[in-house]
Amino acid sequence: MQSLRIICPNGHLGFAPIRPESFRLGVAARPDYIAADSGSCDIGPVPLGTDTSTSPLGWQTHDLELMLVASRELGVPMLIGSAGDTGANSRVDLYVKIIQELATKHRLPRFKVGYFYSEVDIPALRRRMAAGEVVEGLDGRDALSMSELDATERIVAMAGVHPFLALLRQGADVVIGGRSSDSCVFAAPAMHHGFPEAQAYYLGKVLECASFCAEPYGGKETVLGEVTADDVRVTAMHPAQRCTVASVAGHAMYERSNPFFEHVAGGTLDMSQCHYEQAGEKTTRITGAQFQPAAEFRVKLEGAGKVGERYVGLVGIRDPYTIAHIDEVTGWARQQVRERFGETGYELHYIVYGRDGVMGPLEPLRDKPGHELCVMVQGVAPTAEMAEEVCMIGTRQMFYARLPEVKGSAGSVAFALDEVLRASPAYRWTLNHTLRCADPVELFPTHMTHAGL
Amino acid sequence: MATMTTQKLSTLAKTIRSKNAGVDLITFDIIFTERRTYERVKTSGVLTRESVACLYGIGLERISDFVEFDPGNAIKFTITRVRPSGSAGDPDIFGAQQYAPLLDIEVPVDVPASK
Repeated sequence: MQSLRIICPNGHLGFAPIRPESFRLGVAARPDYIAADSGSCDIGPVPLGTDTSTSPLGWQTHDLELMLVASRELGVPMLIGSAGDTGANSRVDLYVKIIQELATKHRLPRFKVGYFYSEVDIPALRRRMAAGEVVEGLDGRDALSMSELDATERIVAMAGVHPFLALLRQGADVVIGGRSSDSCVFAAPAMHHGFPEAQAYYLGKVLECASFCAEPYGGKETVLGEVTADDVRVTAMHPAQRCTVASVAGHAMYERSNPFFEHVAGGTLDMSQCHYEQAGEKTTRITGAQFQPAAEFRVKLEGAGKVGERYVGLVGIRDPYTIAHIDEVTGWARQQVRERFGETGYELHYIVYGRDGVMGPLEPLRDKPGHELCVMVQGVAPTAEMAEEVCMIGTRQMFYARLPEVKGSAGSVAFALDEVLRASPAYRWTLNHTLRCADPVELFPTHMTHAGL
Repeated sequence: MATMTTQKLSTLAKTIRSKNAGVDLITFDIIFTERRTYERVKTSGVLTRESVACLYGIGLERISDFVEFDPGNAIKFTITRVRPSGSAGDPDIFGAQQYAPLLDIEVPVDVPASK
């Protein structure tokens, strides 16, 4: 095999639907694989903590159906990483079930479905830490402490190419992955066919977000990547999009702190010597990618821990004097919560839209508020009843704030609703760490089943 | 003889954006179409670790990376979050709306006094 071609129709499968027109053009190009990642930690810690998806089932099914029907028609494998946004075990099971139901619906001939899990057993991790294993922090975090582990509800490990390779070697026609590095969903098939690691990982890097590597901007459109022993070529499938030197080089820096290096389980893709050239109207060719194997095999862990139940209140403010003294208004309401519940054991947050609601302390213009404000109040507490009361006091007492020189003495805020609303429970990212592993697949048990008639 | 005038960064750059880079970082990209414009902004000194720390009112220790990315005609920097993304009270879970203050940065331009 001189080259391998993979299409990616969606940078986060299910989060917003695949656009079918460019997908059909990609399928018509007869790729060797169809692959996409379905997860991201961008969605916050709540889905991992509550073991849910943020993507609607209907959109997940829509995307999987397009990909499955096309891959079975072409007779090529289909790979999905980070099933159901988080890659938790329940999400992998969900995607396997969707694949099996779609196979029956379309009366597809029997095929092999490989899948792997990536949840980390918390008691086992606790034993390893007790035996002296250091779970190192990423991005400036301290090493994981026992108390942070105890506060954690669920952990997923970020798979590299290894479980995908194991399942491809076993002849899987469809692979459903637990949490995965998105680039590895594409690098694995390239490595399975013997292409060099450097080109394989670069192929994954450029394909992972689908049309985000093309211009003009437009998400969820299909792109096609082709890897050889020496280079990678990427082509936009949408009639109005092109992969240009600027769009492809620009994509290297998207969502990452350093545009030259991409860390995956087992090593680092070094893009510092990459050379980009326009190889056709819609195609950019990339050479010079390098891959450095890691001295120690470490796997990234993501973990979410519950903070409490959460309620939300909303108020509006129009009086300019009250706007100028908004911190005293929230201060008054905070004090009433304190008198009811004390200093600790709950959280009360005020997000002041119209002043610094979007940026908080990073806002340079926070001393120039608008002529009206909206304040979102969040109350978080161990029980729903307490969270509701924290939020209710924190919201309603803004109405009764005592400002000495206010003209309007009948109420300091406007209510569009005078109740508070139940929101998702509050979680936080307790783990952004790495764990040393002796065996690259020890955290990723693989399984094989089948679907179709 | 040349006089010093300025142009806003928003008129010079093709893309100015912010986005999470993992759960603890927000990364900012300023991307130019023209190599010349990129070089001019790069050498002007208006975008440095110090200037962006000052603009956002944060200490230098919160700028985790500052990269001039020649292959992409881009300047890129990354800041650490005080609390991880999506914690209760975080108003921007994706970190996607933190770039606005960059738009109005004034970039000096040397303009000939007469043509």
